[in-house]
Amino acid sequence: MGAFIIKRLFQTIAVLFFVTLIVFMIIQILPGDPAQTMLGADASQEQIQKLREELGLNDPFIVQYFNWAAGVIGGDLGHSIFYKETVINLMSSRFPITLTIGISALIVTVIIGIPLGVIAAVNRGGAIDSVVVVLSNIGIATPNFWLGILGVYFLSLKLGWLPVQGYVSPFTDPIGGLKTIIMPVLVLAATTIASVMRQTRSAMLEVIHQDFIRTARSKGLKERFVIIKHGLRNALIPVITLLGLQLGNIIGGTVLIEQVFNIPGMGSLLVSSVFMKDFIVVQACVLVIAVLVVFANLFVDLAYRLIDPRIKYN
Amino acid sequence: MEATQKVEINVPRRKSEFQKFIKVLLARKVVVISLSILFLLVVVAIFAPWIAPYNPYTQNIANSLQPPSKEHILGTDQLGRDVLSRIIYGSRASLIVGFSSVALAGVIGSTLGLVAGYFGGILDSIIMRFMDALLAIPPIVLALSLGAALGGGLVGVVVALGVALIPTYARLMRGQVMAVREMDYIKAGEISGISNLRNILVHVMPNCISPIIVLATLNLGIAILAEAGLSFLGLGVNPPQAAWGSMVNDGYQYLSRLPGLSFAPGLCIVLVVMAFNIVGDALRDALDPKLRGSL
Repeated sequence: MGAFIIKRLFQTIAVLFFVTLIVFMIIQILPGDPAQTMLGADASQEQIQKLREELGLNDPFIVQYFNWAAGVIGGDLGHSIFYKETVINLMSSRFPITLTIGISALIVTVIIGIPLGVIAAVNRGGAIDSVVVVLSNIGIATPNFWLGILGVYFLSLKLGWLPVQGYVSPFTDPIGGLKTIIMPVLVLAATTIASVMRQTRSAMLEVIHQDFIRTARSKGLKERFVIIKHGLRNALIPVITLLGLQLGNIIGGTVLIEQVFNIPGMGSLLVSSVFMKDFIVVQACVLVIAVLVVFANLFVDLAYRLIDPRIKYN
Repeated sequence: MEATQKVEINVPRRKSEFQKFIKVLLARKVVVISLSILFLLVVVAIFAPWIAPYNPYTQNIANSLQPPSKEHILGTDQLGRDVLSRIIYGSRASLIVGFSSVALAGVIGSTLGLVAGYFGGILDSIIMRFMDALLAIPPIVLALSLGAALGGGLVGVVVALGVALIPTYARLMRGQVMAVREMDYIKAGEISGISNLRNILVHVMPNCISPIIVLATLNLGIAILAEAGLSFLGLGVNPPQAAWGSMVNDGYQYLSRLPGLSFAPGLCIVLVVMAFNIVGDALRDALDPKLRGSL
């Protein structure tokens, strides 16, 4: 186990290196001169040159990369051109919002997706199973931004149950916060619930026809116990893998959802920065999101050990 | 000599295999319906100018935001353009971006996976860690920043989505190649002294290709969803060109008055993506039942 963790950590470092390289390269191909963007259209050539020198834009690619990477490691993500603030400052108010919505969506996914998948598998071919299969097919194919708009139309405009847009932190105003957050979270979770339902169902179907399940039943164990303790535990491996992968999709989804519900999170910061060509912020957003996903996957890999003792890391 | 022999043996067998494949593929009604939807989509996209009742770009402000009527079955948008005609033309953006980005990702990703799996070693490690890194950036986020960097528009979107989809092909291909590589006939090829390239092209690749085709079909749905997301954000094909995602966004402002403006193009996205997913699943089951659940 120890050796595995060390190997996996080295792999993670290698991946993180490539992540920084990709993120840095994206910005290098951005059209336009960042110095020109910062100074505005009527800046003189001299001013632009001076700023380019200050920002290190005249250095060779490798030097620029290492300067930037050194800053990132030291916790300096740079300055926003548009907001005239440090990126860390900009993110400190927005990142928790996206994280709250994302983690809530993940929890909702687990609470709804896994049990429904199990129930569908146990009642294969029955009414519940058919509904689960159809819903998961529809859920996977539905763009979350469109689902959000349907929600706004029916739940907010027609029924008036929920506010149309905006965000109130559930930590400062629990009731109002919950009202603003409930629809974005459900909409964001819809696609992942669909995938998790589907994966749980097919993994469970594979498992419950195996000999050890029959043995468990013939021992006279309660069916509920057999399904959960013997069946689900063995079916969870592919589901956990999927959840790890879905984390990236959930964060990606917030980019669209925050736009629909007008939520001031990381996603909307990224989108507005893309439009304003605020390249330092774009870079930082992509980097933070990617690092989050890398660590989530590392965590998932290590979590296997807890769920499936058959996996030996050597 | 060797080649002619192969052809003689394979021709009759392949035909019956193909018939079996078609039979399994079309066994379920939902697959036939999905295939019909996709066929219809392609026909509509190709013959859009003849099918669309109006020019999708003709503005008529005096006639803007009309509810559905006999003249305009789905009504008109904020610039007085016929919504149905725009949906019909929007199918082009979805299909072109979907197919081009998947083809781009498939070719580059499979090649990288092939190289990584066949040669192994340090090259394998570098390629795969690079793929892991790409995979760590959610496709929509990568496409968003890359698309913006490339200046948006059709080409920008295709390249951005193509790059975002590369890692899944590389991973799948690498796995396939590593399994096939251990087979005796590949070793035999190596020993007989043929070049690596020939061994890869003639012996390795044909045995790895069917899961790639399945993945590509399933990815078409993903690519179309992502294209819709990008154009919803305003980073898809350039206006006034019609795209379903941007139509959903345009309609959002008039949601309480004319919900159909947003609902109709969104429904098209759902139908088409669902059809691609169902066909992809069926293709997987028909090509190899052992693959079930492995993608």
